[in-house]
Amino acid sequence: MLDKELRSMIGDVKDGRMDRRGFIQRLAAVGLTAPLANQILALGGVAMAEGVSTYKPTKRGGGGALKLLWWQGPTLLNPHFATGTKDQDGARLFYEPLACWDPDGNMKLVLAAEIPSIQNGGLAADGKSVTWKLKPGVKWHDGTPFTADDVVFNWEYGKDPATSALTIGTLRDITVEKVDDLTVRIVFNKPTPFWADAFVGAPNTLIPKHLFKDYMGSKSREAPSNLSPVGTGPYKFVEFKPGDLVRGVINPDYHMANRPYFDSIEMKGGGDAVSAARAVIQTGEYDFGWNIQVEDDVLLRLEKGGKGKTVYAVGGDTEFIALNFTDPNTEVDGERSSMKTKHPLFSDPAVRKALSLLIDRESVKKAIYGRAGRTSANFLNGPEKFVSKNTSWEFSVEKASKILDDAGWKPGVDGIREKDGKKLKLVYQTSINGPRQKTQAIVKQACQKAGIDVELKSVVASVFFSSDVGNPDTYSKFYADMEMFQIPLSQPDPSQHMRRYLSNLVATKENKWQGTNFPRWVNKDYDATIQAADGEMDPVKRAALYIKANDLMYQDTVFIPVQHRLKVEAAATNLRPVISGWANETDNLFDWYREE
Amino acid sequence: MSQYVLRRLLIAIPSLLGISLVLFVVLALAPGDPFSELATNPNVPPEVQAALRARFGLDDPIYLRYLHWLNAMLHGDWGFSFVSRMNVDTLILQRLPTTLYVIGSAQILALLIAIPVGVYAATKPYSLFDQVANTLAFVGFSLPTFFTGILFILIFSVTLDWLPFVYTTDIKGTGVHWVLEMIRQAIMPVAVLGLFQAASMTRFVRSAMLDVIRLDYVTTARAKGIGQRRVIVKHVMRNAMIPVVTLIALQIPAVFGGAIVTEQIFRIPGIGSLLISSILSNDTPVVMAVTFVFACLVVLFNLIADVLYGWLDPRISLR
Repeated sequence: MLDKELRSMIGDVKDGRMDRRGFIQRLAAVGLTAPLANQILALGGVAMAEGVSTYKPTKRGGGGALKLLWWQGPTLLNPHFATGTKDQDGARLFYEPLACWDPDGNMKLVLAAEIPSIQNGGLAADGKSVTWKLKPGVKWHDGTPFTADDVVFNWEYGKDPATSALTIGTLRDITVEKVDDLTVRIVFNKPTPFWADAFVGAPNTLIPKHLFKDYMGSKSREAPSNLSPVGTGPYKFVEFKPGDLVRGVINPDYHMANRPYFDSIEMKGGGDAVSAARAVIQTGEYDFGWNIQVEDDVLLRLEKGGKGKTVYAVGGDTEFIALNFTDPNTEVDGERSSMKTKHPLFSDPAVRKALSLLIDRESVKKAIYGRAGRTSANFLNGPEKFVSKNTSWEFSVEKASKILDDAGWKPGVDGIREKDGKKLKLVYQTSINGPRQKTQAIVKQACQKAGIDVELKSVVASVFFSSDVGNPDTYSKFYADMEMFQIPLSQPDPSQHMRRYLSNLVATKENKWQGTNFPRWVNKDYDATIQAADGEMDPVKRAALYIKANDLMYQDTVFIPVQHRLKVEAAATNLRPVISGWANETDNLFDWYREE
Repeated sequence: MSQYVLRRLLIAIPSLLGISLVLFVVLALAPGDPFSELATNPNVPPEVQAALRARFGLDDPIYLRYLHWLNAMLHGDWGFSFVSRMNVDTLILQRLPTTLYVIGSAQILALLIAIPVGVYAATKPYSLFDQVANTLAFVGFSLPTFFTGILFILIFSVTLDWLPFVYTTDIKGTGVHWVLEMIRQAIMPVAVLGLFQAASMTRFVRSAMLDVIRLDYVTTARAKGIGQRRVIVKHVMRNAMIPVVTLIALQIPAVFGGAIVTEQIFRIPGIGSLLISSILSNDTPVVMAVTFVFACLVVLFNLIADVLYGWLDPRISLR
């Protein structure tokens, strides 16, 4: 859009001729949201807006106990070992990152003193380094000062393969240097437009050097502090029982004014989502319930006259159906779904197009996701600035039938369409999970009406998402025609998410099916677009590139988005939790309070 | 006698080895991956997941993994959990007290109900009391614990709001208050499990009593003019209890093993919930340890039951 005009507007804000709010309003008028406007200002040389805090209490403590219910409790408290969000959530009670994400995807400072920008010299104009200034006077819970050495140590600790840290993915390609005691510089090996990955957000919290330095590499498992964290966070560690309980008490020396509100905190694990919803919404035994993936009908019933309510947060999680571009039924060199084959049915674009018309997203929303879902035509559903407005979706059995008729797929005697002796019979797999099986049923029914026979297959989640090379039912082997799941967008940036589908990342036997491009979709345009976006420092152009990438996927019908899913949590009526769709539930815990 | 015990213990060794081998192979062949949650995390490249598998030895051949495990076990090293990276023995010991308290109380409750009711019903077979007890027993063991558990929650927690349905291990408060809270939160799970156990045990006690009560020596005792109470308690019960003792001894491993369903419903952090969450996350070392300990307990209590048998009934000699 109006590149020149935008640039002059950024200049106006910089020089003070236009105020920030005015700028954001102008952009809103052309369909861009506040977070985008802020990002544009940030990389246009104007400092990124800090997330706005809604915190009201005027003194520290006095809020009593906060009781959290995680139906899958944390099993470990070292953020570098966290295999799932539940572990990150638990570790985040005590450990802190440099910055975190607020509900709008804006950055909130935690251990950093200011948001790096080109203006304050924090951000290199070529995107190859970022310099963070640390908040002075921060102390670990044992009184040791927090310094740049701790940050550098976390990098050394995590990037060592012998440590077996999960953060290695983020840390191995960067270099972290200490500039002075309160300044660190992160150097990237290539221009990195999204520089806020390492040490930002709950997955990347910092552990103290003085307690972990003797336990690097292969000794990492022996560190006593793995089980009794000493962090910088608003709560001090008291007790931990894996899978069952994490307890903490207020940190009276916390580095943020008037925070935290609660005197103690308890995170209870175990059970299931429905009874967790019950314990929060209906009986009020707990203040907050995590990840309440329960049918909306049930939640609405519980909310009637209950003691709590549901809370939603919009992120970028998309439940999708991926189509296989290779043939899952022909074996070539001991490999099914091999790149040497073409899918016998999906190689006809008409079939893919017809399928996308047969996914009744509105019914899926109504019958399954309710308030926790939004219909969408896009694979990339956030942050807002990256969402394409060029796409649309529709559910129409008639149109799908017509497309198939026109393409020469005629119904056979059994009502199933066929062409050149090939019948429209598809295997549709997903992991075992209530909403997914219901979605499968809705899709199957619509396909039947259009003369497509769909066989449903469900695989246990721990197998479906396994990297076990010997198992044929993993999502990456994709021995089916279509498969459904979601890949969460864990940060407010699509780069890692979209890079997965580059042509050279196809999952094959050769790379032990570790390639991330599981639909096995090859598109030169897409590769070029993503590569351009990876090095593009201009936020407007970069957003346009990701929108283009999304549209390329849309045109080729690689993914059929089923639902844009929201985070669902349960909270006591008087609790004011701050939940971001871009962060873990406990990432903004320091801002939680209770309305008296 | 001691020779008998020694021989039995020696026989136990090969059977335990066999059990451990079967368990290990079944677990190793079961599909799944402790790191499957990483697959959909775009921040964690797939090769990290693969490297972790390799580091934890998941890609080694099964026989090697078994030998490693066995060797470590013989040295008292139970290994560590893939999921929490904690030592397995610490994990189990952390969970044990809760399980012993809840499941143990449930067993005691079951006995306290089953023995008096069973004995009394047997002394007056087909009386009104017997009929009612029988009917309730049938209802009791026909209703699965997951059903009664949820029913109890709906009645006592949601509707009446008397009892909490989330079990907490860290009750605030001390002294009497603490004890009362501990009892309060255990009422529902103990009742659910205890009543279920009591139902089948009542039937068992009743039939064991009926078998003995008709024997000639009981009639003789009555003919000698001994009162009904003494006949039942001293003469009938002692003999009728022999099979019951066996049954109870064989139940004791279950006290350590926990109750998977009930623990899950009430969020009791016991061995059962540890086992099920470990199975679901393919945490082989933990599953292996829990099941193997369970197997050892079963073998041990079988032996204890046999020894008790000989002590209760001197006619049985152990050789």
